[in-house]
Amino acid sequence: MAATDRSTTLPDGIVVVVKEECATCHSVTSVLMQLADATPLTVFTQDDPRFPAEPAAIHDADLSISWHHDIETVPTVIRVVDGIEVERTVGWHRDEWERVTGVGGLGPDLPKMRPGCGSMSVDPDLVDELNVRFGASVLGSRRVAVADAEDEMEMMFTRGWTDGLPVVPPTEQRVMRMLTGTSRAPSDIVATVPPDLVDVTVEKVAIAAVMAGCLPEYLPWVLTAVEAACNSEFNMHGLLATTMPVGPVIVCSGPGTRRIGMNSGGNALGQGNRANSTIGRALQLVVRNVGGGRPGEVDRATHGNPGKVGFCFAENDTESPYGTLAAEHGIEPGVDALTVFAGEGTRCVVDQLSREPESLARSLAANLQALHHPKLVLGFDAILVMGPEHARVFADAGWSREQIVAGISTHLNRSGAELVRGADGMAEGLPEAFADAPSLPKFRAGGLMLTYAGGGAGLFSEIIGGWANGDIGSKPVTRAVTY
Amino acid sequence: MTTATRSRTILDPTSERTVAERQRLARPASLRGVTVGLLDISKPRGDVFLDRLEERLVGVGANVKRYRKPTFTKPAPVDLRHQISVECQVVIEALAD
Repeated sequence: MAATDRSTTLPDGIVVVVKEECATCHSVTSVLMQLADATPLTVFTQDDPRFPAEPAAIHDADLSISWHHDIETVPTVIRVVDGIEVERTVGWHRDEWERVTGVGGLGPDLPKMRPGCGSMSVDPDLVDELNVRFGASVLGSRRVAVADAEDEMEMMFTRGWTDGLPVVPPTEQRVMRMLTGTSRAPSDIVATVPPDLVDVTVEKVAIAAVMAGCLPEYLPWVLTAVEAACNSEFNMHGLLATTMPVGPVIVCSGPGTRRIGMNSGGNALGQGNRANSTIGRALQLVVRNVGGGRPGEVDRATHGNPGKVGFCFAENDTESPYGTLAAEHGIEPGVDALTVFAGEGTRCVVDQLSREPESLARSLAANLQALHHPKLVLGFDAILVMGPEHARVFADAGWSREQIVAGISTHLNRSGAELVRGADGMAEGLPEAFADAPSLPKFRAGGLMLTYAGGGAGLFSEIIGGWANGDIGSKPVTRAVTY
Repeated sequence: MTTATRSRTILDPTSERTVAERQRLARPASLRGVTVGLLDISKPRGDVFLDRLEERLVGVGANVKRYRKPTFTKPAPVDLRHQISVECQVVIEALAD
């Protein structure tokens, strides 16, 4: 690194970076002659080593000067003192050039200003390669060579790095590009990933994001999901080890969901949207490859569920009549945030006839009571995903989020006698000690959570059932997205 | 290095940890006078199984100490694991459902 730093240190005085292909650079060659007479001057040229003819330029052939000094426009004029950049200006602007160089009367025949051209070091065709050439030394991961005769997709299956679907090969170029999605350093520790309790870096998360098919702008969401899932509160270790069919379900909200094109409308819980499909998958690839959580090993699920490949969706927070799940958990409205929930697959509630909130609340309650088992209560949370047409029934009647939950919960109380083991001819149920309880709710306080997503048509809601809740199992964890 | 060759190198997505292999202790010839820890993971009816085990172990002359995890869903707390390791020569963890 030290050698690279020295070789890219700028000489003291005035430094100008140009390229032959740029008309503005041609028009300022006379100004460069003026500067060469007045002050110590070094000119770097990006493309043609013979340009300008005078004063002679140094060819930045590998663009290392341009890349290391973030040259985005040519010409760029930089004043350097003791090897340190003091100030710069880009394009041709007489007043700025005179201020930065300290030389007056520059370019009297030129117009007052002329915009510059794009630097070759930010050329979209070159930038990924340059980022690898000069920046990849920040990557600490082992480089795995793929043999000429080897199919890299098959090789990743063979090594056990995939979730059963093909993954995008995490090349240096792709990982460097992914890392542009965050301001965090590649070596930053994000979380300690169960079950092997391995400290995971931003770089390893970026590798998983590449493999999952993410774009760089999804990376902050993936990083936040990893942080939210890998702690004792959420208990990712328990989610793996349990025989129940749960995995991390990620519920996103905030304006950032629209910036990255997440789907909160039709088929929000289904396939077809890149962000929805890949953010949750990236989290699961981190758990698999970094944490070592694999089916048949620590993952002991009896059945699992298809969402364990990755389950992530956005709430339609701009149209939600009752706010967001993140807001319910204390995040300010308008802040990008996500909640991880230990959830199974979805279960549809059909009620196409209720137009009164009381009737719809009863329908929803009847379905929610059956979650995992009608006679097992208080042990499991649930997320209720209401679509626009069900939510409207409540909104038209003026019911708030709290009123909806309370209205549904009213119909989720059962006497202990109905719930104990053996009652109703079913061995499953609560211990006999609860037999005298006059009324037991299905959900603990806060255990029934509302979200709003789905397409315009359909008088349906979806239930996402949870796992052992609270201190003995998993608590939903909500985090603001860190960029 | 050309682009073509660079694309044939990928980054290791794993933790790159080498798994530490630990040698198991030799099986004791007898349990007489040995302290055996019984760890209840807090699954329902695990205590039934462990109560019976305790009877059997005491019957063959072992000393028995009982421990319990706060919840079956999470790994045993590090302090509990340490306590068992210093108090017992043998440990039995009950998985019951």
